[in-house]
Formats: sequence, structure tokens, C-alpha cells
Amino acid sequence: MKTAVIVFPGSNRDHDMFHALELITGSRPQSVWHAESTLPDVDLVVVPGGFSYGDYLRSGAIAARSPILKDLVAKADNGVSVLGVCNGFQILTEAGLLPGALMRNAGLTFVCKEVLMETVNNATRFSSKFTRGQVWRCPVAHHDGNYFADDETLDRIEDNGQVVFRYADGTNPNGSLNDIAGITNEKGNVLGMMPHPENLVEALHGGLDGRLLFESLATQAA
Amino acid sequence: MKARVIVTLKNGVLDPQGKAIEGALGGLGFGDVDSVRQGKVFDVELAGADMSTAKEKLEQMCEKLLANTVIENYAIEID
Repeated sequence: MKTAVIVFPGSNRDHDMFHALELITGSRPQSVWHAESTLPDVDLVVVPGGFSYGDYLRSGAIAARSPILKDLVAKADNGVSVLGVCNGFQILTEAGLLPGALMRNAGLTFVCKEVLMETVNNATRFSSKFTRGQVWRCPVAHHDGNYFADDETLDRIEDNGQVVFRYADGTNPNGSLNDIAGITNEKGNVLGMMPHPENLVEALHGGLDGRLLFESLATQAA
Repeated sequence: MKARVIVTLKNGVLDPQGKAIEGALGGLGFGDVDSVRQGKVFDVELAGADMSTAKEKLEQMCEKLLANTVIENYAIEID
């Protein structure tokens, strides 16, 4: 699987993502600066976590208007897999690639801890290696992860199976509606999630739970 | 030309920051505060003097960047 990671001013989980992708795919991802105009020809483009532009205006708002986004939208329209993690999820909603918005955490504090995730839809390219209903561990680290969408949008994404991951067993850290932790677009090739699967992929991390997401993508690309 | 753009959360969108401010005002003895909603103000200076062009441009700025219309409304005031 060929991969690329977009780097913005203020990205800080890009190297974690390079490491996880290299570990699982066996090849180094290409790093693409946000000011570039075209993405390389790859199977997966990742928008990593961090604080692009210092979260000025709204988290992800300014990064979502970067030059590279035009080609990201075009690639997403052509069916290329796109994964946004944490600030990457915020950027994808701000860019209109995913529905809804990520608001300030209900408890108003930055949360940095481990949560439990339930894979509620394993019929996606991001989740095929999980079993349906599988509960797994994943770290979160964010201030604006409180997923919001209007009732009509929420009903639509629930009915379409676009909700892929939910916080399980009362571990919702941010007040997000319907315990939503990760969603796809309607076509199912763009996924955004607040938790960091790239931070639980080797023994030194204390677990391997996050690997299944990347292995799902690698299987799909093979 | 000077303009002011005011961005506010839509009705029905939870505003935990507004709630926290509301609570703090209550704590300061302002017991008659029923509700606080937090928003943003942008003061924009524009070249050119045509009112309708300016308004049109400001609307585009709001739609494209200044407001996230999934959760926010905007209002434009031009001096």
C-alpha cells in the first residue's frame, strides 16, 4: 500500500503516523507539505493530528483552505482512501469532506487518556479486520472532539452506516452526539476519527489494538 | 470601508463555553443572567467604497472561512 501524509504548520502527530504506516505497510509514506498543489499517486492519504495554525479561528478551519486541499478533494472524489485523525478529522469536516463539526469538549478540558472504542460497522475499508461490535483500546488527546451534526444529518449518517466507531462503556470523553468517535463519508472512502490508532501499534505503546485499522486498509489496497 | 462580521452559534447547538461563562456570572452575583452564548467578532477593513460589492464579498468570506455554517450563523454590519 502506497501512502502519503499531509503536513501543515502545527501538525505534531505526523511522525507518529509515518512510523505506524511504515511499520504496517513496510514502506515509508511520502510527506506532502500543505502548500503543494498535487498529491502523489497513492492508495491512502492521511491528514494527521496536531494543532494546525494553532487552532486559530476554529480547529482545522485554516488548514482546510490550504492549497493541497483542492487535490485532496479531487482524489477523494475519485475514490482514494483518506484518513483524518484528530486535527485531521477536524480539517476534513471543515473542508466539507465529512458531515458535521467538532466542537469544544463538553467538559471544556483537554482530554488525554485511553478510551474504549466499539467498531459498529466493520463493512468499511477502514474496519474490515475488526469484528462487528469489537471493543478495543485507543488513546485520545484533544480539546475539540465533541461531534455535532443537526438531527437530519445525524439520522442520515446513522441510517447509512457511516458511523464506524463509537466510544464504548461510558468512555465518551467529550460529549459527542451518539458517542460518535469516527465516521465516513457517504461513499465510505473518507474516514475521520478523534482517537489515535497510530499510537497503539507496537508492544512499546502498550498494545496493538490500533493496527487493525491500518491492516484493514492494507488488505483493501492489496 | 470598515465592516464588522458577527458570528454566533445556531440555536440548538450546545455551547459549553457560554454555559461556563453563565455559571461564572452567576457566581459573581449576577443572578438574573438567564443564558449566555459565546460568539466571535471580526473587524474587516476593505478597499473600495461600493457598498453592495463589499457586502457580497463579506458574505463570500463568511461562507468560505469566517463562519462554519454547519454550526454558526453570521451577520454583517457595514459603516
